[in-house]
Amino acid sequence: MAATASPAPELRRKQLRERLRILGFLSPWLVGFSVFFGYPLIATGYFSFMHYNQIEQPTFVGLRNWTYVLTQMPLFGPALWNTLWLVVVMVALRVVFGLGIGLLITKVKSGAGFFRTAFYLPYLAPPVAATVAFVFLLNPSTGPVNEILGALGIPAPEWFNDPTWAKPSLVLLSLWGIGDLMVIFMAALLDVPKEQYEAAELDGAGAWSKFRYVTWPAITPIVLFAVVTGVVQTMQYYTQALVAGKLASGVSIGPGSVIQPGYPDHSTLTVPQLVYSLGFQNFNTGAACALSLVLFVIAMAVTTLLMRKRAGLLPADD
Amino acid sequence: MPLSRPGVRTRPRLGPRRRPRIRARTGLTVALATAGLLAAGCANPSVGSDRDDPTRPVTLTFWHGWSDASEVKAIDDSIARFEKLHPNITVKAVGNVSDDTMNQALRAGGSDAPDVVSSFTTNNVGQYCSSGMWADLDPFLKKTGVDKTKVFPKTLLDYTQYRGRQCALPLLADAYGLYYNKDAFAEAGITRPPRTMSELKRDAVKLTRRTQDGGYHRLGFMPNFRLYQNSPDRLFAQWGPRYFDRNGKARLAEDPATRDFLTTQRGLIDAQGGYRATEKFRTTFGDEMSSQNAFLRQKVAMHMDGEWRGLMLKEAKAPFRWGVAPMPVPDDQADAYGRGYLTGTIAGIAHSSRHQNAAWELVRFLTVDTDQVVAFANAIHNIPSTKAALASPHLDADPDFRTFLRIATDPRSTALPPSNNGDMYVTSLQDFSYAAEAGRVPDLDAGLRGLDARIDADNLQSEN
Repeated sequence: MAATASPAPELRRKQLRERLRILGFLSPWLVGFSVFFGYPLIATGYFSFMHYNQIEQPTFVGLRNWTYVLTQMPLFGPALWNTLWLVVVMVALRVVFGLGIGLLITKVKSGAGFFRTAFYLPYLAPPVAATVAFVFLLNPSTGPVNEILGALGIPAPEWFNDPTWAKPSLVLLSLWGIGDLMVIFMAALLDVPKEQYEAAELDGAGAWSKFRYVTWPAITPIVLFAVVTGVVQTMQYYTQALVAGKLASGVSIGPGSVIQPGYPDHSTLTVPQLVYSLGFQNFNTGAACALSLVLFVIAMAVTTLLMRKRAGLLPADD
Repeated sequence: MPLSRPGVRTRPRLGPRRRPRIRARTGLTVALATAGLLAAGCANPSVGSDRDDPTRPVTLTFWHGWSDASEVKAIDDSIARFEKLHPNITVKAVGNVSDDTMNQALRAGGSDAPDVVSSFTTNNVGQYCSSGMWADLDPFLKKTGVDKTKVFPKTLLDYTQYRGRQCALPLLADAYGLYYNKDAFAEAGITRPPRTMSELKRDAVKLTRRTQDGGYHRLGFMPNFRLYQNSPDRLFAQWGPRYFDRNGKARLAEDPATRDFLTTQRGLIDAQGGYRATEKFRTTFGDEMSSQNAFLRQKVAMHMDGEWRGLMLKEAKAPFRWGVAPMPVPDDQADAYGRGYLTGTIAGIAHSSRHQNAAWELVRFLTVDTDQVVAFANAIHNIPSTKAALASPHLDADPDFRTFLRIATDPRSTALPPSNNGDMYVTSLQDFSYAAEAGRVPDLDAGLRGLDARIDADNLQSEN
């Protein structure tokens, strides 16, 4: 009996050692994931069922926070609409624009370095400074852009001061800082084997056919990456919309003043702004957590959909 | 029949009962760790103490919102006077602190958290008191023999407490009135400032000067809610509103004053060119606190502002003659002329302070001591916040300043009622008013009912 029982504990010890070794290698990621994602996610779920003002002890309130966020908070609708609008329009235009600029620069024969720098530099501008500059440039009354448009006889929009134009103005700002995507697309485009283009040319392919059948299949993983990271980033869109709204509104900012994000007419209000207002201005932690989870679920759903279907970007067997 | 191929390692069979036990143990450990972390995360960040000896050497941290050089000097001078009276107490003052910063810092706790706190707005008093974030001052008042009802005017005392909890005291007050350009008045043939809303509208139209392209050289009076201090609650004060009923429910829809207020404001805008045109003109205005202020630059001939603006106009050597008067009142309340909106800076003790008795000495000095209140009020041109200081012969005798003193002491002047939800109901009113002034509320009555429902839902949500 003893002879037959002895290998099992030894095997178990061996397996345990192996598992510990694997865990050791995985531990930095595991710790990071647990501390910065797992715990916050569990805590967010927990607090979404609590009344908690960050001073007193939390008390269980059932589904009240969820009911409040989903049915009684009038700003949730506009904030969600704006966020989704930005996700669809801004991400799509950024990818198209970034790819377009990348394509142009890889084709430029001379002065490519200059153009690369010129298109990349705006990306280095701090988001707040860039937004301040844009609001100044696009001021409907005193901004140089409208003065030029006026001189040319073109009707000038009110940009950040018009609810119809505020989000497109933010998209313009994001396109100005397209440097990050341009660099990624340039790298992907330069990585496409030249032989494939030569072979396509020998087959009589035109510019569009070369793009469609050579370039596109080679860069689709990068496009997918750009779309997924763009969606996630835009779901968290906060700083530029807040700064633009505050500055364009002209409302004084200082101790004691009440600043509402979303100017004009909630057109730049995003879900992350609402989460901040609820959580760190009103200290309505429960509702802020419920709202965060809504945002998380939407972001996860969109990302999963993109990854599963790959948005038609990758071949089926890839 | 072998279950595995030779050479291929198989997982040892642990038996049917052991695996669940390990899983259960792991699950329990994770659950306990998570519960521990959650409990640690929501524990009260730090607990203060009121058992300190205020005669022992101590350093207090005082957070305030003043940032202008002259104002910072005035508060620093006040602190120097305090330290002279209390040589054992050193005060470390930190300026330009917003309510958001203070709120977040007091919740986070830590050794650098302030002992004495102040805020430029009374909007959050309900939240400070109900959450216990600012300590209840009644025990300190009692301990040191201060009868608050004898020291402070009732309106100011009301806006510094919530449901019987006095967690703040007034540290000077602000009153709002009408600044007007006397030169523009003379040019338009207007002999005195308007007293009713009809007069305001009539005079505003007379004072407005348009450009050929449909823009403006000058607007008579810009009532737009996003202009500088023009928030809806401040203008609404001229109607003497009551925001909540006895049960704490919002009652804006049932009060005809609300409808009249919004209609009057929109009428003022329409009479001077409409919302779009006036808003476009507003985008040409410079910063409120700079030399590009629209009233100082004569882009508006009349302007609602606080008493501090007078000092700023003098310091900026305004290139025109100006005067001050109470804000006009609704036509059907003409006898209430003289009232205005009141607010003010408030001071209190952070719940986390471990030197609350020493902190109280500073709060008491700043808010109760008549000589200090008068000196500070004169220095920064604010309304003194105690009865004794208001009657002091040493107060600034400037007639413009005296106008604001009269507004502040007018019994019909009103302040915002505190709410446990802080300023969220003010924010909701602002939101609604922005839509109303832009003409985006087709049915005002239905809109106001919706506003009440929103305020009630927000208040309910913030309650325990």
